[in-house]
Amino acid sequence: MSASEDTFSTLCQLLEPFNTAKIGLKPETDISADLNIDSVSVMDFVMEVEDHFNIDIPLNVLSETRSIADLVKVVEGRLAKV
Amino acid sequence: MTDLFDKHRTISERHERMLSLGANAVGLTNDRILSPTRAIIEGRETVLAGTNNYMGITFDPDCIAAGQEALDLYGTGTTGSRIANGSYAQHRELELELAQFLNRKHCIMFTTGYQANLGMLAGLAGPKDTIYLDADSHSSIYDGCTLSGAKLVRFRHNDASDLDKRLARSEDEGGRLVVVEGIYSMLGDRAPLADFVEVKKKHGFQLLVDEAHSFGVLGPNGRGLADEAGLEDDVDFVVGTFSKSIGAIGGFGAGNHPQFNMLRYASRPYMFTASPSPATVATSLAAIRKLKAEPQRRNRLRVNSTRLFDGFKSLGLALGCDSVSPIVAVNCPDEVSTIAMWNALLKAGVYVNIALPPGTPGKQCLLRCSVSAAHTFEDIDRIVSLFGEVVAQGHYRKAV
Ligand SMILES: Cc1ncc(COP(=O)(O)O)c(C=O)c1O
Repeated sequence: MSASEDTFSTLCQLLEPFNTAKIGLKPETDISADLNIDSVSVMDFVMEVEDHFNIDIPLNVLSETRSIADLVKVVEGRLAKV
Repeated sequence: MTDLFDKHRTISERHERMLSLGANAVGLTNDRILSPTRAIIEGRETVLAGTNNYMGITFDPDCIAAGQEALDLYGTGTTGSRIANGSYAQHRELELELAQFLNRKHCIMFTTGYQANLGMLAGLAGPKDTIYLDADSHSSIYDGCTLSGAKLVRFRHNDASDLDKRLARSEDEGGRLVVVEGIYSMLGDRAPLADFVEVKKKHGFQLLVDEAHSFGVLGPNGRGLADEAGLEDDVDFVVGTFSKSIGAIGGFGAGNHPQFNMLRYASRPYMFTASPSPATVATSLAAIRKLKAEPQRRNRLRVNSTRLFDGFKSLGLALGCDSVSPIVAVNCPDEVSTIAMWNALLKAGVYVNIALPPGTPGKQCLLRCSVSAAHTFEDIDRIVSLFGEVVAQGHYRKAV
């Protein structure tokens, strides 16, 4: 598995508790709209992601982060900085 | 053409669903207000237990007289911002007296509490700075943070070690501002200020406390949580509102920083909105004087809050937090039962707030009560017994 496939599957695991409708997760899945998750839950999910990878994902970044693939890019960008 | 309202469809569907279950829980009309604790709603005299009217000061004769006099002397409105139209002498008088009350060198009045957070946060922090905000912060804090353009880092609610961890792994270049609230508006819990002050000593940042629900309420001098905790020297900036314990409208920011007044020329929510009206300033100032002169209001509020808290505990209700504050929130099982209970309470003659996700921490469904110093013991006991009746009707099972 490539590093970004790895990150994708980790994000999917972290997203599972928020995915109450049990929708199949793909890289292009829109975290908020497709999973019908409210904005507070998206922030709570991102907190889990921050803690798992021990990185900061400032809230400002989220307005341009829609899909799981977008978030994979953000996480890898942050990991590269550490 | 896309209708701009399309994006609000889920909200409107939810609103329809709520209406189908009874009265309009989020758009109720008080036909008449009889006193700080009584209104006529749907033709019935109703005990108000969701007003944030902590000091019960809205009908105070001295405050009303001060407002009436200001209307006569200065007219109905200021018709512009203080930057453009100048201040009225009263604006200055209020800021001076409030600064004294707060034991701070400087104080700026804003037109609402919401704007006070916008103005303070966007005035203090800019795009090169980082704001660390509690996850359960009020929307006005979130909006102020967004307006500031600062980097925004959210830490777990009331968790100083989580803040510590986030500060440790950050690579901030500019200033760092940490924002917490004195009493959190939904659950009534306090920030563990001493823990945050420890983290402040370790990492170095400036600390802002929004005392919206604790100003006038907590502390030996009624100055809020920092006063209660004996930590005022460690708090750099205080924000508050006049819409709760002061019974008016307006807000403030205060601090000791020598440059504090620069915010008047740097804070857009101060500069580009009309200043508070003369009657509002006058009633607010009269109320501040009352808070100072009549500490018994605070004591009475504490006694009333304890009575409601203990009453609910004895009914076996799950409450929002373990400490007593004027906000006593009952945790309900789900949205439908919460709305049913709210309607049953209103029909029985008591008004409380309904608070549903996503506006609540941890997706809780809450019936939120706020206590007033003007409630009588009979009022409190009636609220408790009506909750008891509604529970007995089977609308409630203890939320797990
Ligand atoms: C914590 C907090 N901050 C700020 C505000 C805003 O105050 P106001 O309603 O007076 O604008 C409120 C209340 O609405 C609040 O609960």
